[in-house]
Amino acid sequence: MTLAVGDPYLADGTVDFGDVLLAAGKAVVAFAVLLVAVMLMVWFERKVVGRLQNRLGPTVAGPFGLFQTLADGIKLFFKEDIIPSRADRFVFQLAPYLSLVPAFLTFTIIPIAGDFNGENDGRVTMFGRETFLQVADLPVGILFFLAMSSLAVYGIMLAGWSSGSKYPLLGSIRASAQAISYEAALGLSLASVLLVSGSLSTNEIVNSQAGSGFGGFVPNWNLIVTGFVPFVVFLIAGTAELNRPPFDLVEAEQEIVGGYHTEYSSIRFAMFFLAEFMNTVTMAAIIVTLFFGGPAGPTFGSIIPGWLWGFIWFFSKLLVFLFTFVWFRATLPRLRYDQLMDLGWKLLIPLSLGWLLLLAAIRLVRNGRIDLLDDGGLVAETALVISVSVGILLLGAFLLSMAATAARTERLASRGLTAVAVSDPVVASSSRADGKEVE
Amino acid sequence: MVDAVVFAVSAAIILGGAFGVILSSHPVRAALSLIASFFGVAVLFVLQEAHFLALVQVVVYGGAVVVLFLFVIMLLGVDRSEDLRFEPLAGQRVAAGLVGLMVLALILGGLFLSGPGGDEGAVALSGQPTQNGTLELEPNNPDADDDVDRLADDLFTRNLLAFEATALLLTIATVGAVVLVRNRGAEDLVVDEPGSATH
Repeated sequence: MTLAVGDPYLADGTVDFGDVLLAAGKAVVAFAVLLVAVMLMVWFERKVVGRLQNRLGPTVAGPFGLFQTLADGIKLFFKEDIIPSRADRFVFQLAPYLSLVPAFLTFTIIPIAGDFNGENDGRVTMFGRETFLQVADLPVGILFFLAMSSLAVYGIMLAGWSSGSKYPLLGSIRASAQAISYEAALGLSLASVLLVSGSLSTNEIVNSQAGSGFGGFVPNWNLIVTGFVPFVVFLIAGTAELNRPPFDLVEAEQEIVGGYHTEYSSIRFAMFFLAEFMNTVTMAAIIVTLFFGGPAGPTFGSIIPGWLWGFIWFFSKLLVFLFTFVWFRATLPRLRYDQLMDLGWKLLIPLSLGWLLLLAAIRLVRNGRIDLLDDGGLVAETALVISVSVGILLLGAFLLSMAATAARTERLASRGLTAVAVSDPVVASSSRADGKEVE
Repeated sequence: MVDAVVFAVSAAIILGGAFGVILSSHPVRAALSLIASFFGVAVLFVLQEAHFLALVQVVVYGGAVVVLFLFVIMLLGVDRSEDLRFEPLAGQRVAAGLVGLMVLALILGGLFLSGPGGDEGAVALSGQPTQNGTLELEPNNPDADDDVDRLADDLFTRNLLAFEATALLLTIATVGAVVLVRNRGAEDLVVDEPGSATH
């Protein structure tokens, strides 16, 4: 088996003891970094939410309450582990691991440091070997992220089902419906990034964003190159994929108690909690990698080595998104279930699909594959293609909404009802009551 | 050496999963075994350096398809153990066994009866046969170095029609499912519809 991995220390095709040691060392370090990050993230979230709600947050354990998470972990570890009598024992015990393992595995594809300036491509020399500062640089790295996020659903789904109780089952059905719905939008907005970067490997994606773009000072980030829309869609779909507020219907306390982990206690509950925060950190890291150039950034002076600058850049960008997730939680009210489905299927998926087609058309023009005007110049050609594409997309959207309205009017007419504007919530809700009276 | 070990382990997982699917009396356990089996196949794909196919296998089959299976099992409430001794169709098991044996015989016969150059049949599907009869799968874009490029090249040039036909088939299936469900549940739908009002 030849190793078709991008990491330079494996490029010679042979595996010796040092290579194995390096791979194992990187895995251990990544795991430790992620665990520490999760510990700090839980503290950070409680502290920031506390401050945003005019409270203090944790203050007692350690300086600034930093050891609160550690204390909570120890407490959970020593609690009694309860398995409900109606539970499916094997699946009930398996589910937390199915949540935790994909959460950790996703982090392995993220480049967390490295010098991306000049010809370095993020390579550093460790123990006499050139390598990337990520556990594995798979040739299809970003698909690995999608695969793991689709596997992570099983943990939640099976936890809810195996508990043998009503609320967890409802929570897990909500979770799987939500994950399936938002995975499509997530994948489509991701496809825009792949289109510009031209690679599935995370290292290549970061590399394509290194250096400066327009005007010499604007960063060459995919955020700008793909034109903001994929980023916005990805951020929303990513938050939904994480089941974080405002998309936390999976564990809506007022409706279904704790959702899928209602029946879990002790260390198994802690594992779900850990997986959730691991996923949050990883999702923020994925956003940084895809849209904000990951560890790529300028270096200043020679006191701090280039790879450490990479880590500093990566970490500061990461912190911005971790704060954003906490900010969402503290300020946004939870969506209703039908709003959640409408947003995913009727807005995010068509928007990201249309944007992807637009980007592809522009790309064809710039590569000279479409040549509508004879020597019209690149700008005129691009403008023409953009206007034609946008025109077609708008026409499609218009026809679709016409068809939907016509179908609805017809359905209502067959029941002896008339259609009113959906946008008026008062009329809509009162008419719903009326509709029930007709029944 | 490494190849053989990886193959043995993943083959054991695939076979174990497959037996789990047909032998477990519990639908959810059967679905779990199916995931294990799919995962083993994905590992085999990685072994053949088809990284893209491996991950598509996990995303599509391991992720989406089995999630839908489980979804249906949970929603319909058929998540109870079934008595495997009960046979709804008489003689069905014997027939299934016979057909299975025939397929096995066909595969084994194909494997052992064909000589070294025995894959001309596969060549007709795509690619050009080389001197020693192996399949050369790089006709359009010789620069393509990874499997994603080659797959895209093959899918969007030579096999475009089949690709589009498959897409159309899936769309028809989806529309068909929606039509079937809508007709049955039309009565309930109107009541819940936002923006409906009486005369």
